[in-house]
Amino acid sequence: MENNSSILVELHTRFGEDTFAQQSTRDEMLTLWMPCDKLTEVLQFLKTGVKQPYKMLFDLTAIDERTHQKRNGSPASTFTLVYHLFSFDRNHFIRLKVGLTEEFPKAPSIASLWANANWYEREIYDMFGIKFDGHPHLSRILMPRTWVGHPLRKEHPARATEMGPFQLYDEKVDLEQAALQFKPEEWGLQRESEDSDFMFLNIGPQHPGTHGVLRIILQLDGEDIVDAIPDIGFHHRGAEKMGERQTWHTYIPYTDRVDYLGGVMNNLAYLLAVEKLAGIEVPERVKVIRVMLCELFRIASHLVWYGTFAQDLGQLSPVFYMFSDREKIFNIIEAVCGGRMHPNWFRIGGVAQDLPKGWEKLVQDFIDYFPKRLREYDSMVMKNSLFKARTVGIGIFTLDEAIEWGVTGPGLRACGMDWDFRKKRPYSGYEMFDFDIPVAANGDCYDRAIVRVEEMRQSLRIIEQCLKNMPEGPYKADHPLTTPPVKKNTMHDIETLITHFLGVTWGPVIPAGEAMSCIEATKGANGYYLTSDGSTSPYRVRIRTPSFPHMQMLPYISKGYTVADMLSILGAMDYVLADIDR
Amino acid sequence: MEEATSTYLLIIGGVLFALLNVAAGLIWIERRMLALWQDRYGPNRAGPFGLFIVLADSLKLFFKQDWVPPFADKPVFVVAPAIVMASVLLAFAVIPFAPGIVVADLNIGLLFFLAASSMGAYSIILGGWASNNKYSLLGAMRGAAQMISYEVFMGLSLMGVVLMAGSFNLSEIVEAQRGMWFFIPQLLGFIIFFIAGIAETHRLPFDIPEAESELIAGFHSEYSGMKFGIFFIGEYLGITLISCMVVTLYFGGWLGPDFLPPIVWFILKVFAFICLFILLRASLPRPRYDQLMEYGWKILLPLTLLNLLVTGGVLLWLGE
Repeated sequence: MENNSSILVELHTRFGEDTFAQQSTRDEMLTLWMPCDKLTEVLQFLKTGVKQPYKMLFDLTAIDERTHQKRNGSPASTFTLVYHLFSFDRNHFIRLKVGLTEEFPKAPSIASLWANANWYEREIYDMFGIKFDGHPHLSRILMPRTWVGHPLRKEHPARATEMGPFQLYDEKVDLEQAALQFKPEEWGLQRESEDSDFMFLNIGPQHPGTHGVLRIILQLDGEDIVDAIPDIGFHHRGAEKMGERQTWHTYIPYTDRVDYLGGVMNNLAYLLAVEKLAGIEVPERVKVIRVMLCELFRIASHLVWYGTFAQDLGQLSPVFYMFSDREKIFNIIEAVCGGRMHPNWFRIGGVAQDLPKGWEKLVQDFIDYFPKRLREYDSMVMKNSLFKARTVGIGIFTLDEAIEWGVTGPGLRACGMDWDFRKKRPYSGYEMFDFDIPVAANGDCYDRAIVRVEEMRQSLRIIEQCLKNMPEGPYKADHPLTTPPVKKNTMHDIETLITHFLGVTWGPVIPAGEAMSCIEATKGANGYYLTSDGSTSPYRVRIRTPSFPHMQMLPYISKGYTVADMLSILGAMDYVLADIDR
Repeated sequence: MEEATSTYLLIIGGVLFALLNVAAGLIWIERRMLALWQDRYGPNRAGPFGLFIVLADSLKLFFKQDWVPPFADKPVFVVAPAIVMASVLLAFAVIPFAPGIVVADLNIGLLFFLAASSMGAYSIILGGWASNNKYSLLGAMRGAAQMISYEVFMGLSLMGVVLMAGSFNLSEIVEAQRGMWFFIPQLLGFIIFFIAGIAETHRLPFDIPEAESELIAGFHSEYSGMKFGIFFIGEYLGITLISCMVVTLYFGGWLGPDFLPPIVWFILKVFAFICLFILLRASLPRPRYDQLMEYGWKILLPLTLLNLLVTGGVLLWLGE
């Protein structure tokens, strides 16, 4: 499927064949093990040395391998660093792995090579205790600063009941209180410059403009932003750790809550990876049903963004109109799934139920109703001159900067690149649909808004095509690992009955291996990188979310603007705190 | 003499009573109107049409703990809300509601209005400063800058009216509009005065000192209970005041066809402008602080001067 050979040849010519050990994976992504000392050199080569370079550090994570059984002959290691790089020119992913051998290992930092590696390395340090040499500010990022231990290590307890009763001693109170004291030096901030004293403004974690528990430390000179430091992790719920003790099936509802505005779109990202591991090919009807619901959720998510963005800029009314439109979408979702924001409705190998009778009318009504509203919003919000004054030319980043920082989704398209994973690397049958990729040129807040508004129209086109061309057929794949399994054959032969029984009681046993999915979610590229050890639960769940790198970019794009502009920048970013913190 | 004094007391008491009730009633009106424009219901449970929400709100504010943050500058913190209330109520003294119904028919009424309403800026500055909170401080700074700069051409924009009426006395200005309401010859002046009036009351789109999504509640972030209530009432009184002034200066005050008494005409006109204030809040986004200042100094001020120049020139030409 993928053209892996050309880059492999280039790497072999440059570094010699002995440097790399190739591993075969279920997702057929080129996966290479390399020694730790070659790490920086190889990544540098891939980023700048090859003809069609891998410019984006798509994801960077680690795996605790100490209890990993079925390693498929890959080199021995206690911890493995996994670098996912992406090349837009080649439309190609490459996965590089570095095996580390100590209990608390060290590795060279690549924060100077890729701007967005900074937070990823901090996350790995926080979660695994792996140190990075040469990192500018290696400290905890998601967990509280007073936390003891590194949660994603296998010896760290997964639930409170494994930890012994919690007691808040006076010493601990003092410690926690002291940790809350704000000292600018700890954040690398100067208190004064040559000609002015700075004011530090603490925005959040409770603030009407941050849309969730996000804290931003602003260093202000008057009302001008000298530096802005996002402090994240307040919404961290350990979604990745939870994956390691849930069955493959019972993890689905947790995914709903990662990008909590994206609903079933999260299910899809997770299930695409699971289905790759299990080798399930889903029926056509399932694909189209999934696409239709995902696009409905894309519109719903964009509507929330649209309304709250306008509200951040002081326009009070649009959010009410847009929420009532979103309500109409939720009526459809409710009729189909029974749930609303978190329907938890996709299943391994299919969807939970067939579409209900009369769904066509609900969808058709919405298709007839919505375009008029969108036109109304255009004149209310997008054409409003005050709105333009607040967004045009604010928070600009260029295409190169976007790629450097790992920006995907509408943010990337607002810089002029027509990159949409639905078109370029189609999944779940998107290749069958006819739609455009909206782009804009300037990469400012207004352009990001234009792209999203246009995307709603395109999503509506996709939904219309789903409505007109909904294939007949089963809503679940006829595969032993489909969960819950197809029941109709269970009473005919014992083999099916046993599989069904096991699938329902234990949950499915997914074959050992690893796979990553990558979908165009509402906010950018969302991917689940799953490692299976051939058991009923995943060995490691890695969730690559779009909001994490987007938020990391905030200091870079908000310097020099005013406090009011930062609200425009945050609004145009369209992040969700759960999507950042997981 | 006896009778004159009691009439005066009646007028003062009546005006005060009416104004405080109007300000309270505006809580309900604004919430219902906003709801209407935003496809919602608004408060509709307590009493007929939800009217008792006013009662519930005031009771709540009265019985809340009267709390002053320990880090605040206490005397200033307490005085600040009183200033806004006092200054706005003072300004009402010169408004002629109908022939004979005016608290003080001063011959420099217009100047008195400008002087009294300017005092309101102090409440924002002092309130924000005394709160000892960074958000409040930012709000106060913005508020001070905004009110001071908009005051400059608020005063200037009125001079066209003064030139045409030949008087600073508000009753005489109303009488001078028997032939034609001043908003026709003074259209530009009216628009500028109205914009400056919105800035003066710091309502959306000029609610920059409060700017909910940026500064939480700006200068009154630390206020609660009745002290917050007074800021709140002060804001509604401010809206009423500006609406009264617009009506008096540009829309013929109490003048109108005879089938309704003058006071009713006045109230109807004022109500229309109050609704306009609320509609503005429902529809417009908020500009940035520096954009607002730029707009004021670079566009509105030259326009105001031009308006004054043209009005004066035309009047001279007509040989007045």
